[in-house]
Amino acid sequence: MYRYDEFDHQFVSERTAQFRDQANRRMSGELTEDEFRPLRLMNGLYLQLHAYMLRVAIPYGTLSGKQMRQLAYIADKYDRGYGHFTTRQNIQYNWIKLEETADILQALSDVEMHAIQTSGNCIRNVTTDHWAGAAADELLDPRPIGELIRQWSSLHPEFSFLPRKFKFAITGAPHDRAAVKVHDIGLRAHKNDKGETGWEVMVGGGQGRTPMIAVTVRDFLPEKEVIPYMEAIMRVYNLFGRRDNKYKARIKILVHELGAEKFKAEVEAEYAKHPAQTTEVEQRELTRIEKYFAQPSFEKMSRFAPHFENAKRENVDFARWAKNNLATHQVDGYTIVNISLKPEGGIPGDATGEQMRVMATLAERYSFDEMRVSHAQNIVLPHVKLEDTFAIWQVLKANDLAAANYGLIGDIIACPGLDYCALATARSIPIAQAISRKFADVKKQEEYGPVKLNISGCINACGHHHVGHIGILGLDKKGEEFYQITLGGSSSENASIGTILGPGFAAHEVPDAIETILNTYVKLREPGEEFLGAYRRLGPKPFKEALYAAA
Amino acid sequence: MPLLKNNQFVNDEWTKVSDTDALPEGAKIIVTSTRLIQDWDLLAKYTGLLGVSLANNERAEILTPYLSQLSLIVLSFPAYTDGRAYSQAKDLRLDGYRGELRAEGNLLLDQFQFMHQVGFDSFEVNERFALQQWQAASKQMSLAYQRGLYRTSGEREVWSQRHQGFAPWEEQPHAG
Amino acid sequence: MSDVEKGQVMTANRLRDGDAVFLTRAGIWSEKIDDAALVQEPQATAALEARAAEDVKTNHITGQYLIDAERIDGKIRAALTRERIRTLGPSVRTDLGKQATGTAGAFAAVEA
Ligand code: SF4
Repeated sequence: MYRYDEFDHQFVSERTAQFRDQANRRMSGELTEDEFRPLRLMNGLYLQLHAYMLRVAIPYGTLSGKQMRQLAYIADKYDRGYGHFTTRQNIQYNWIKLEETADILQALSDVEMHAIQTSGNCIRNVTTDHWAGAAADELLDPRPIGELIRQWSSLHPEFSFLPRKFKFAITGAPHDRAAVKVHDIGLRAHKNDKGETGWEVMVGGGQGRTPMIAVTVRDFLPEKEVIPYMEAIMRVYNLFGRRDNKYKARIKILVHELGAEKFKAEVEAEYAKHPAQTTEVEQRELTRIEKYFAQPSFEKMSRFAPHFENAKRENVDFARWAKNNLATHQVDGYTIVNISLKPEGGIPGDATGEQMRVMATLAERYSFDEMRVSHAQNIVLPHVKLEDTFAIWQVLKANDLAAANYGLIGDIIACPGLDYCALATARSIPIAQAISRKFADVKKQEEYGPVKLNISGCINACGHHHVGHIGILGLDKKGEEFYQITLGGSSSENASIGTILGPGFAAHEVPDAIETILNTYVKLREPGEEFLGAYRRLGPKPFKEALYAAA
Repeated sequence: MPLLKNNQFVNDEWTKVSDTDALPEGAKIIVTSTRLIQDWDLLAKYTGLLGVSLANNERAEILTPYLSQLSLIVLSFPAYTDGRAYSQAKDLRLDGYRGELRAEGNLLLDQFQFMHQVGFDSFEVNERFALQQWQAASKQMSLAYQRGLYRTSGEREVWSQRHQGFAPWEEQPHAG
Repeated sequence: MSDVEKGQVMTANRLRDGDAVFLTRAGIWSEKIDDAALVQEPQATAALEARAAEDVKTNHITGQYLIDAERIDGKIRAALTRERIRTLGPSVRTDLGKQATGTAGAFAAVEA
C-alpha cells in the first residue's frame, strides 16, 4: 500500500489547517455561505437534510486496518456510530457538525487520509478495480497510476474551478470492474507487442441526466505521458466546457457537441504545446510509487485447500457463501473475499463502527493488512488464504457481515436518497430493503444468477441506475414518490445504458415488478444464459408485456 | 480597486481604452483583443506601452502573434467559480508570454495562491481584504504536487523535490 | 372535525451543526417544527424572511427557505415528503434524528 512520506504528510496537515481557518472564518462571519460553499465542498463537506455530511476519500478504494479503525473511531466519536460506503469508493458520514469537521480531518490525516476534492467542480477521488492487485485476469495493478493522478490532481491550481465535477476511473484488467466507460476519463491498461504498458484513454462517459458511453481518444498512451496528456484534456475541458447550464457542463456534453474527432484534435493540439519530452520526473515518481504496491509475500501453496473443501462439505451456509463471495486470486491457494454490506433488509453500504473494526482485524490477520471498497458498496479482503476463509466467515457471520449474495439480486447498489440527501426526489433505501426482503432466500437469488440492481434517488444517478442490469430511478410526481425501471444497463467492458421500460411504479409495487422481470427472464432464457445476455438477445418487449399486461 | 503586485498595493498606471476612444499618446493603455487585432497596423506603432484584455471565452491563441509586443494581458474572473482564466493564463505562459499577467474580477483570498501558480503576477482586488490577508493567502500551502508552476510565493514542488536534479520544465522559467 | 390551518413555515439549517431548524413567532429558531410560526399573510411571510436574513448575517443559520405546511390540532406537518423527513430524521433509521430526540414533527413522514 502507498505510504505518505514527509511531503504528503505536510501537504495534508497544511490543508487541514487551511480548512480549520476557513471554517472559523465562516463561523465568525468573515466568509459568507456563498464564498464558503465551494471551499467546504472541496473538502468534502456538504449540507444535507439533517446535518452536514462529510465524504472521505478512499483513494482507489484501498485501505489498511489502521485506516479502517480510524474510520470507525470517527463514526463513533463524531457521527452516530456508522458510515456509508459509496459507489465512488468513498465513505460518507451523515451527522457531522461544521464546528468539529477540522478535528475529523485532523484525525484522518493522522492515518494518511483526507477528504480533499471529494466534492466540488474539481477532479474527484480516483477509483479503480476493487480487485486491483489480486484479480486473476489483471494485466497491471492500476493503483500506482491512480496514486500518481491523486497527487497530481490534488489542489491543482488550474483545475480546481472546472465547469463541473470530474471523475477518473482506472482498470488494469480486461474485464472492467471499475466502470471506466461511464466516467469523465476512463483509463484501461494494455500491453503492446514489445511488452510495454500503455493506457487506452476514454473520455466523456457519464451517468446523470444524460448518460453516455465514453469515446476512446488514444488507444495506447505510453505510461510516462499520462500526466501531460491528462493536463491537455483537462485544459480543453476547462476552457471550452459549457458554463451556461449546469446540466450541460460535464465533459461528455463537450465531447458530444464538438464531436469525438474535433474534441480529439483540440486535445492533441493542446498536447503538442506541452513539453512532453520532459517527463522523467513523472516517470520516476511512478516508479517510486510502484514500489509501495509490490505484491505481498505470498506463500507457495497448492491450489487444493483441504480444510476449505472439508468446511464446505460440512457447512452448507459456508459453502454457499464461498461459492458466491469468493473470487479467483492471481496466486494459487489464495482467494479474494467479498464482504457483502447488503444483509437482508439492510441499508446498502452502511457499516457500523464495530463492523469496521471487525473487518479491520480480519484484514490485519488474514489479508496482509489490506482492504478494498468496491463501487458496489462492499468491502473486499484481497489476499486471503483459502484455508483461512472458514475462520473469516465465522467472524463475519457473528457480525452480520456474511450475506452470501455477492453479485446476486440481493447485492443492491443504492444511493442515500431522500432519507439523507438534499437533492433527492425520492427515497432509495426503503426500496432496496423491500427488494432485499422479497428475495431474502439466497437459493432463489442463485437461480436468477448474476444480476446487478442499482437504485438512485434522483437523476444525478449516484446509485448508477443507468448501468444496472435492472435500474431503478426514484422520482417525484406531484408530491408522491414513484420509480422508473430501466433494463439492460451495464458498466462492464461492454457498457450500455439501460432502456426505460414504461410508466413508473409506486414504491410498494416495485418489488413485485422486479419479480415479474426476473421470472420473465427465467421463462425465456436459454441454458446457461445470464440475465443481461438474455435481455440483450430478447430486447425490452417481453419484459414490457409481462410488466404492463395487467394494466 | 487596489492593484496588488509583488505582494504590495501599487498605483495602477494603466488606462483602459474602449474600442471607440482615441488613443492617448505615449501612455500605458489596455485595449480589447478585438481592437488589438482590428487596429493592429496602428497599434504596432504605438508610442506608449500596450496592454490587452482578453475575454473569458476567447482563445489565448488569438494573441500569439502579438505576444512579444504586449506588456500587459488582463484576464478576468467574472465569478470566482469560473476557472477559465486559469487555463488561459497557463496557455499564455506556455506560449512564451513573459510580460505582466493581471487578474481582475471577483478575486477571493482562497484562490489567490492558485492564480500565482498558473502565472498571474498582478491582481485587481477589491477593498474588502487587507494587504496582510492577501500576503498570507499567497502562501497558504507550502507545497504543490504539480510541476511547472509559475510560482511566486516560495512553495516547493513535491515531485521536483523528491527527484532532484531531473529535468526541470525549462519552458516555464519560474518568476520568483 | 379537526382544525386544519394551512400556511408557510420558515426553515433553515443551523450553521454550526447543520441541524434543521424552524423559525418561531418569538423570532428564535427551534429544532421542532411544532414550535414554528405558521403564517399566511404576505406581511407575516415577509417578516419571517426579514428575520431569517438577519440571522444569516449574524451567522446563526444558513440556507433558509419557506415551506408549505399545515397545522392540525395544534401540530404542524410539512407538505412535502422531503420536508417531513427533515422534521423527523431518516425513515430508515427511526432511532436517529429528531424522531429519536423528541423534537420530531407530530406526523410520520410516510410508511417506510
Ligand atoms: S442520486 Fe440523487 S438522491 Fe441519490 S445520492 Fe445522488 S444526488 Fe442524492
